[in-house]
Amino acid sequence: MKLELRFFASLREALGVSQESIVTPDSVKTIADLRVHLIERGNPWAEVLAQSKVLRCALNQVMVDASTPLIDNAEVAFFPPVTGG
Amino acid sequence: MPIRIQEADFDVSAEIAALRKGDPRVGAVVTFLGAVRDMNDGSHVKEMTLEHYPGMTEKALQEILDQAKARWDIYQTLVIHRVGPLLPEDQIVLVVVSSAHRGEAFAACEFIMDYLKTAAPFWKKENTSDGARWVDARVTDDAAMARWAKK
Repeated sequence: MKLELRFFASLREALGVSQESIVTPDSVKTIADLRVHLIERGNPWAEVLAQSKVLRCALNQVMVDASTPLIDNAEVAFFPPVTGG
Repeated sequence: MPIRIQEADFDVSAEIAALRKGDPRVGAVVTFLGAVRDMNDGSHVKEMTLEHYPGMTEKALQEILDQAKARWDIYQTLVIHRVGPLLPEDQIVLVVVSSAHRGEAFAACEFIMDYLKTAAPFWKKENTSDGARWVDARVTDDAAMARWAKK
């Protein structure tokens, strides 16, 4: 599946990446699968996306939970809990 | 535009006047103005920078306003949120809601702010006397949002 990844705030800084196009293997079906796939890259990914970290995720710019299925050509964003207002 | 994300400051009086103009049904206007504090979690805040997710921010705020309009009998809504560098005392967010009577406008305004705090993709980074740090989300914000779930 082809995906456009986006990272924001502390994640963007820690990864040193704000945007990346990737093609995922067929085994990556959900947001949770994608997180594991990225963790398998090793550090800094493993540390920044570790399951112990509370993260939020958006699929095509709508906040979703980890069990949400991915869509081909989607924009997927990972970020920390929001702190606006 | 009922939703504006901008670096520039805003004029609260002018925004209220524009929102009310030409709508004689309006009997109540409720405004929330958020400002940058100089203290947070025990540290002196010298300045802060607001980051957001262009595109999703506007969508999330529109969803919040749509929900408020579906829930309360209100007329006009406005949200302005500033991004980029900000200093203590700066205005940071404005929510304005008009309605015929105050009860609906007060409730809708509070709902919009509580929802914004947990669902709109903004992040604050503070430059404090103890160094630069990303602000942690507050559990109290989730609790404030949860109050609206079962009504």
